[in-house]
Amino acid sequence: MVRVLIPSGALGLGYDHDALERGIAAKPDLIAIDGGSTDSGPSYLGRGVSKYARSSTKLEWAGLIDAADRAGCPLVIGTAGTCGAGDAVDWLVDITREILAERGMSKRIAVLKSDQPARRVVDALAAGSVAPLSPAPDIDAALVESCTNIVALAGIEQVTAALDTGADIIIAGRTTDTAIIAALPVARGIAPGPAWHAAKIGECGALCATNPQSGVIQIDWDNDGFVLTPLADGARATPHTVSAHMLYENADPYLLHEPGGTLDVTAAQYKAIDDTRVRVTGAVWHAAEDYTVKLEGARVAGYQTVILALIRDPDYVAQAQVWADDIVAKCTQKTLDRTGAQPSDFEIEIRLIGQNATLGALECKQGNPVELGALGLVTANTPELSAEIGKMLNPYLLHHPLTRDEEVPTFAFPFSPAEIDRGPIYEFCLNHVMQLDDPMETFTLEVIDA
Amino acid sequence: MPDVRSIAEKVRSKNAGPFWVTIDIFCGSKGPYDRISAGLNLQAIAERFDTSAALIKRFDLPNLHVIKISVPRPQVQGTPADRDMHGAAWAALVAELEVV
Repeated sequence: MVRVLIPSGALGLGYDHDALERGIAAKPDLIAIDGGSTDSGPSYLGRGVSKYARSSTKLEWAGLIDAADRAGCPLVIGTAGTCGAGDAVDWLVDITREILAERGMSKRIAVLKSDQPARRVVDALAAGSVAPLSPAPDIDAALVESCTNIVALAGIEQVTAALDTGADIIIAGRTTDTAIIAALPVARGIAPGPAWHAAKIGECGALCATNPQSGVIQIDWDNDGFVLTPLADGARATPHTVSAHMLYENADPYLLHEPGGTLDVTAAQYKAIDDTRVRVTGAVWHAAEDYTVKLEGARVAGYQTVILALIRDPDYVAQAQVWADDIVAKCTQKTLDRTGAQPSDFEIEIRLIGQNATLGALECKQGNPVELGALGLVTANTPELSAEIGKMLNPYLLHHPLTRDEEVPTFAFPFSPAEIDRGPIYEFCLNHVMQLDDPMETFTLEVIDA
Repeated sequence: MPDVRSIAEKVRSKNAGPFWVTIDIFCGSKGPYDRISAGLNLQAIAERFDTSAALIKRFDLPNLHVIKISVPRPQVQGTPADRDMHGAAWAALVAELEVV
């Protein structure tokens, strides 16, 4: 029997304190929480920073350090600092030291890092041990070297190594969302099918139950399955809510690829034990011949300046696309004439909010909006050029007329200056797996007594 | 003809990693599920996404009364051309399809 307490789907989203108390009282073997994912975009990995506020992270993390202390069990976080890059891990280690110092506590911290030096990946690429997933961008050594951060997603092997240090607190870089939950039951002899299945169901906390915002759930494994229990007042798990979670953020509802194999829930059975708890059996694990870890990399995709104007004049709302296309053409030409930039150095785009800004060319509905937002996006290969073009675009969005003879129109700028320099923007550029001879060979583990 | 949204309980979309978007059609019960399952055309979805039907994964899950559609993202998440960081809005392209 193994019991894991999961306070919420991610550190920074909050958790129900009464429910957490119930979880502590039930004496879990481990408290596990996810720290992030790719879901908020490439900028976090590109910069190696957290999405969430430091003060929120500190408050919630301190609550979990206290919870683990009182429960007498270890606390593990995976994908620390949203992206799991080394700088984001160090950020959470720093917060942890601060919390311990303020409380006068002494704890052993294991720090697992998932950073992959570009050289390591380039060598693996040359050796033929990097394989594309579908759809994968074409990559070569130059692209890999242009990444500002590359991480590999750790599985249960690396998390188990961190748990085996005997640390009170394990702060891990990029891991799969599931590995931090599945590692302990597998290490204690639970079959990998139910171990990974429960981890997938539980990785978002109470998202697999009613009252999903409450966060806190508990997983209990036995010899051939697991029981999922949401711990907040009024939160209920049903066979439907639990099985439906296999759909979430997963392209395939039956299969989940993990380091070292694939979880297959095709034959899973979900049964209500009572009004709130569900028992799940039947998942199987197919071990892979080769041990591979997925890579994530982000690199600078350019420098961006954005500008927003609001159009309320009905004639301009009706002809906004013609107006926007004309501005893009004229501003592009002016940039070429005045800055010495080449066409490949920059791109100017105007998205019409209220018309098709969300879906672009895929939009197939039309309406009669009262007003439109004109969101100008300038992307250039240097920040100076981006800022320069933003300043050129500004007067067009303020005054550009549809016809030459009319009085010069003026549109609404919601703030001044209307243009905002966003600095570097990033893109994900790897969707590949890398084969390893030893799961720990590209991960580092350090133990700190703080 | 009615569209998917008017028959289903809920249609949602979300990233499944930076390179895929997945759309879940929650039908609620057997009647609506059978109707959408039979009347939803993969080719029509491919046309809405301006992609090939061969690249789309479709899963019909009768126990959950859910139909799941996974499509390579029209733009990779976070690239300058991407308009929807979390893939939240593409559900509309399926929700507004007519059920034949």
